[in-house]
Amino acid sequence: MTLRTTTLGAIALAAIVLLAFVPRLANPYYLALAISLLQYTVLATAWGMFSGPTRYVSLATTAFFGVGAYTVAVLGEVLPWPVVLVVAASLGAILAAVVGLSTLRLSGVYFVIFTFGLAELVRQLVVWFEVNKSRVLGRYVFVNVTQSDIYWQLLILAIAVFLIGWLVARSRLGFALRIIGEDETVATHCGINTTIAKVALFTISATIMTIVGAIMAPRWTYIEPSIAFNAMISFQVLIMALLGGAHRLWGPILGAVPLVILFELLSARFPNTFTIILGCIFLLIVYLLPRGVAGLLESGKARWGETFKPRAVA
Amino acid sequence: MSGPQHILDVEKLRRAFGGLVAVNDLSFSVASGEVLGLLGPNGSGKTTALNLMSGLLRSDAGAIRLNGHDISGLPAFKIARLGLTRTFQLVRVLDGMDCRDNIRAGIVFNKPQVRAAGIESDITALLDRVGLAGQGNRPAADLTYIDRKRLELARALAAGPQLLLLDEWLAGLNPSELTIGIDLIRSLKDDGITVVLVEHVMAAVRALCDRCVVMSSGRKIAEGATSDVLSNPVVVEAYLGGVAAHA
Repeated sequence: MTLRTTTLGAIALAAIVLLAFVPRLANPYYLALAISLLQYTVLATAWGMFSGPTRYVSLATTAFFGVGAYTVAVLGEVLPWPVVLVVAASLGAILAAVVGLSTLRLSGVYFVIFTFGLAELVRQLVVWFEVNKSRVLGRYVFVNVTQSDIYWQLLILAIAVFLIGWLVARSRLGFALRIIGEDETVATHCGINTTIAKVALFTISATIMTIVGAIMAPRWTYIEPSIAFNAMISFQVLIMALLGGAHRLWGPILGAVPLVILFELLSARFPNTFTIILGCIFLLIVYLLPRGVAGLLESGKARWGETFKPRAVA
Repeated sequence: MSGPQHILDVEKLRRAFGGLVAVNDLSFSVASGEVLGLLGPNGSGKTTALNLMSGLLRSDAGAIRLNGHDISGLPAFKIARLGLTRTFQLVRVLDGMDCRDNIRAGIVFNKPQVRAAGIESDITALLDRVGLAGQGNRPAADLTYIDRKRLELARALAAGPQLLLLDEWLAGLNPSELTIGIDLIRSLKDDGITVVLVEHVMAAVRALCDRCVVMSSGRKIAEGATSDVLSNPVVVEAYLGGVAAHA
């Protein structure tokens, strides 16, 4: 166990060191791809952190992502960059806590629909505010943040996400969430305040998504609500986490990496039919890999162990 | 009504589902340390009454006092922490976890500061207690029916309850399992745990219950010592027919 942890830790550390040099080595195209990979890895892992154990399917990813991006668009030129990130994270946390408290009593499909509606609601509110109060349709993002800076910030955030996920999974909160995912009624009768547990993890997950939005904002020089609150982000993150396997912390990355690369190739080659192909991929993944790549690996490992188990000497 | 020797007092409890009054003006008390049978034909409101006590449902009216404190309207997790736990009519174990984690779920969220130490040995002791010794690392999904019931009981006991509600815990067991089950519940009583038992297995009711409360159509129709209640003509009639006779 300790040996395994040490080995995994060493591999992770080596990977981080290698990844940190990507901006020095890669050309702008590959740096952009690497940023996409990190962006979706963090989003999908954060999504899985909440939705994996609880099995509450959230389509609100873009709401939090967009809040982060818009915070930068509004405050980016006014406040120092670290402060902007803190403000964005706080806004995301507050929004998540309010939304969580009011909706996490819903379960199943009602929760899915609500989260989808929430993203649209936040977008419409921003549109209304911008049109009626600020009298602008979009905003220019002028902050002094380079592509390499974006990449490094996302890398640090990715490390933080995996650390947080690892700590949560080993904590009472993580255990409580797993019980809730198994059977919420049993959870309450075990003495778990299920509302607090769900809201806490939903808030952690959403705050991370908000920070991703904030970090990514300088990548566009111009943003408007339809860019920042793009519903596609919610669906892509969902399908990446499901493809990878949301029941494991490291699952979503197995979905995010191949899908980002695939989307990149597809959108370049089939710009007009991209969404149709995307829909078909969604269906295939849900039908063929209900437990994701992580589940596939686990059952493969189990079968391997079964085949090569040392036989008892009769 | 509420003396210090009563662990639970139910007063004028009522709960309706639309037009159907599932529990109607139900009052009874449970003495500390006794095994109380809650009987009645199917649909008489026994499980609803249990659900009201454990906080799974909220009552429309009436009071439920645990050790003199009104718990009606409290969420289930608070009631569990106050020392009232339960099992379910359709066994509910956490299939995705092993037996130890199932029991751990019952322990760690109740009085966490008190029970932080010695959890592993507590879990082992509970496994032994319900007859699952050595099965701790088996996934709950692999267990047989009676072992699932044992595991669910262990989880309910893990919280260290003063009052345990068992909803048809003995249903579906074969005769030899039934003997084991009855002995197990009797041992709980010996440990000072008060038990409220919803049960259809009359042999078990006779063997275990000090007193019984009988419900029909949501109302209490009889209460008293087990042998008296079971020979009460009103009770016999409720079980054999004439559902509306006492409305």
